[in-house]
Amino acid sequence: MASLLFCGPKLAACGLVLSIWGVIMLAMLGIFFTTHSAVLREDVPFTAEDFKGEALQNIYKLYNQVGYNCFIAAVLYVGIGFLSFCQVRLNKRKEYLVH
Amino acid sequence: MLVSLEIIHHLGYLEKEMVKSNTVIAATKEKEMVPCARDVLELESTFEKLEQELREINRNHAALRQNLIELMDIDSLLRMTEDFFEEPGNQRCSPNELFIAGVIKQERFPAFEKVLWRLFHGNFVLRHAEMQATEELQAVRGAVKKDVFIIFVQGDHVREKIRKVCEGFRASLYSCPKTLYEPKQMSTSVMTQMEDLRMILRRTEEYRAGVLTRAAEHVQEWGSKVKKMKAIYYTLNLCNIDITQKLIVAEIWCPVSDLTLVQSALIKGSEQSGSSVTPVLNRIQTQQTPPTFNRTNTFTEGFQAIIDAYGVGTYQEINPASYTIVTFPFLFAVMFGDCGHGLVMTLFAVWVTSQLTDVVIGGRYIILLMGMFSIYTGLIYNDCFSKSFNIFGSSWCVLSMFHPHGPWQNETLHEYHHLQLNPFVPGVYSGDPYVFGIDPVWNIASNKLSFLNSFKMKMSVILGVSHMLFGVALSLVNFVHFRKFQDIFLQFVPQLIFMLSLFGYLIFLILYKWCITLRSETAPSILLLFINMMLFDYQSEHVLLYRGQVVGSSLVLAGIVGGWSECKFTLSHLQNHDCALQQKWLPTAPGVSMGDIFVYQAIHTIEFCLGCISNTASYLRLWALSLAHAELSEVLWRMVLQVGLKISSGMGSLMLVVLFAAFAVLTVTVLLIMEGLSAFLHALRLHWVEFQNKFYEGSGYKFTPLSFDSLLKTQQ
Repeated sequence: MASLLFCGPKLAACGLVLSIWGVIMLAMLGIFFTTHSAVLREDVPFTAEDFKGEALQNIYKLYNQVGYNCFIAAVLYVGIGFLSFCQVRLNKRKEYLVH
Repeated sequence: MLVSLEIIHHLGYLEKEMVKSNTVIAATKEKEMVPCARDVLELESTFEKLEQELREINRNHAALRQNLIELMDIDSLLRMTEDFFEEPGNQRCSPNELFIAGVIKQERFPAFEKVLWRLFHGNFVLRHAEMQATEELQAVRGAVKKDVFIIFVQGDHVREKIRKVCEGFRASLYSCPKTLYEPKQMSTSVMTQMEDLRMILRRTEEYRAGVLTRAAEHVQEWGSKVKKMKAIYYTLNLCNIDITQKLIVAEIWCPVSDLTLVQSALIKGSEQSGSSVTPVLNRIQTQQTPPTFNRTNTFTEGFQAIIDAYGVGTYQEINPASYTIVTFPFLFAVMFGDCGHGLVMTLFAVWVTSQLTDVVIGGRYIILLMGMFSIYTGLIYNDCFSKSFNIFGSSWCVLSMFHPHGPWQNETLHEYHHLQLNPFVPGVYSGDPYVFGIDPVWNIASNKLSFLNSFKMKMSVILGVSHMLFGVALSLVNFVHFRKFQDIFLQFVPQLIFMLSLFGYLIFLILYKWCITLRSETAPSILLLFINMMLFDYQSEHVLLYRGQVVGSSLVLAGIVGGWSECKFTLSHLQNHDCALQQKWLPTAPGVSMGDIFVYQAIHTIEFCLGCISNTASYLRLWALSLAHAELSEVLWRMVLQVGLKISSGMGSLMLVVLFAAFAVLTVTVLLIMEGLSAFLHALRLHWVEFQNKFYEGSGYKFTPLSFDSLLKTQQ
């Protein structure tokens, strides 16, 4: 079990904080993208061809794509957060064992 | 008191010994009572005993170790002679021959050999071998390499010569066995001796460790006791001793409301120490200025500290710390203005305040307030990690610019790269401004900065002038308290008139222009209006802001007149003062004349007028820093996070994970820490210089009673 510990207490705590922030912020970004918020229009990768033909549906599809990317990234951060949490617990256990 | 110096010396020696032997020093958990005089003697005797014991142990240890080294040398010497004797041809030695064995440092050996050659002209046999550096040997002696040597020489008085040479080379000589059988006997006896010595050494070390561990349990407690005693004796030394040599008389400063507390503490102390004399507390009049004491709790402590860092307030003058609790975080937030960053800062401050309650960090409430105010100003600027929220629905509608309401067609979009919304086309601007804060449409407008710059500059001037007028009002409070009523008329009123007529008028122009509807192409610039007013330039081709503008500019004249009035009146005031001095007391300075006073007062007036203008301009840093923060925030989003968002392929999520981590780290280091420190510094400067030079004198000294907590904290 000891070999599962690969980072110190501070790195694990930073990772945990970062993951929590990442989950919350990426989830909210995902929601704002899927509701097609106009403020985020510069973050959506549209090209000149998207404006030909079914322009509105194309744009909405792109918005949704970016939104789904954000949701997947948020899920990945849940995984990283869980990993950091385990590291924090292992570090605490190691600290108690030594003394 | 010599007593405590000795004790500190002993204690230092004890702690050094503990560090050397790696003993764990236990931290004390409970707060001990203040030590009394009997404890001094008790501690002194304990320390002396401990120190003597330790010194003796160390001496014995050193002696034993030396013995062990010698025995080890003899042991390796014996082994070498064994080898030597086993060589053929060396079994016997004639009685005239002599051989001497010893140990010398390896680096000295060549020189040693040369000297022997010169001495005996080659008539000797010298054998040497390097001593095996066993681990034990290295631990005991160190990493010095030594050689074992054995000399065979013939002759009568050679023993003394060789002894002298060896002394010169610091080689140690040992007696050597002459036959083959002696080495074995000697070897065994040496072995047993070494074993005994090792055991004794171990026992000694164990004993020493035991003594030190027992002392280590108490050493921190003793340390703090000694520090407290030292502080008490130092304070007592500041008192005077009565004529009868039995009483101590002390003159102290004490807050008036705490007089009864001090009295009861004195009585309790005298009861506890069992003295028969009751202490007496009298209030006496003095001409000295008392120290300044502001009662603070954990919340206000930080704010009081940042005021005191500039200057401790003069006795009984108004304390700006209570207002700073609100104005400082607010001015910080105006420069920081981002609700996302403010939220992170607030969460961090909440964590620090809740987790680290034993370590008192004075600044944690300041950071908490700064974060909370930043969330508020972030909502007003509508800026969260450089993006805006559209909570209430924007007041601008782009759709209405198109046919049939407005002039735009489908082709207009393809022809032009930049299009401007026209608020006079019906439906584009709803008529009601956005409910709270800046309209979110500005976030996606390309002329966002022109609008925001104008808004933030005007806001900075308004906030600055209000802050300074508040400072001037506080000076009124000071004058009333110190009963300097002439100063109210001579200093406060002219200052107020000047500021209101000049900058108050400017603020009126700003607010008026914000409230009326103008066409943007023809709107007059306030700056130009102001400059023309100062130059008395009223040409009709300039569009006037309102009808009575000529009348308004006459207020400026009033301001200038007011400023000069200060000069005249203060002049006459000082003249009266000077006459009074000459009548009542000795003349203070024979060279002081009316001309000097006039010049001094004129300089003071000019300084105040120009200072007002420069201080108002100084508040423009509120605009500058908030602009810098907003731009940095936008750059970070665009260059870091947007790169990840714009990747539409499957790898987009992985890149987003990595880039978000980079975005978070950069946000914390650059935007929170660097910009936070910068905004903190500038808000502090605005308080210290622009606000406080209107009323604060800051020439007092702080009330510092003896406090064990602060004593132990500073010395740790």
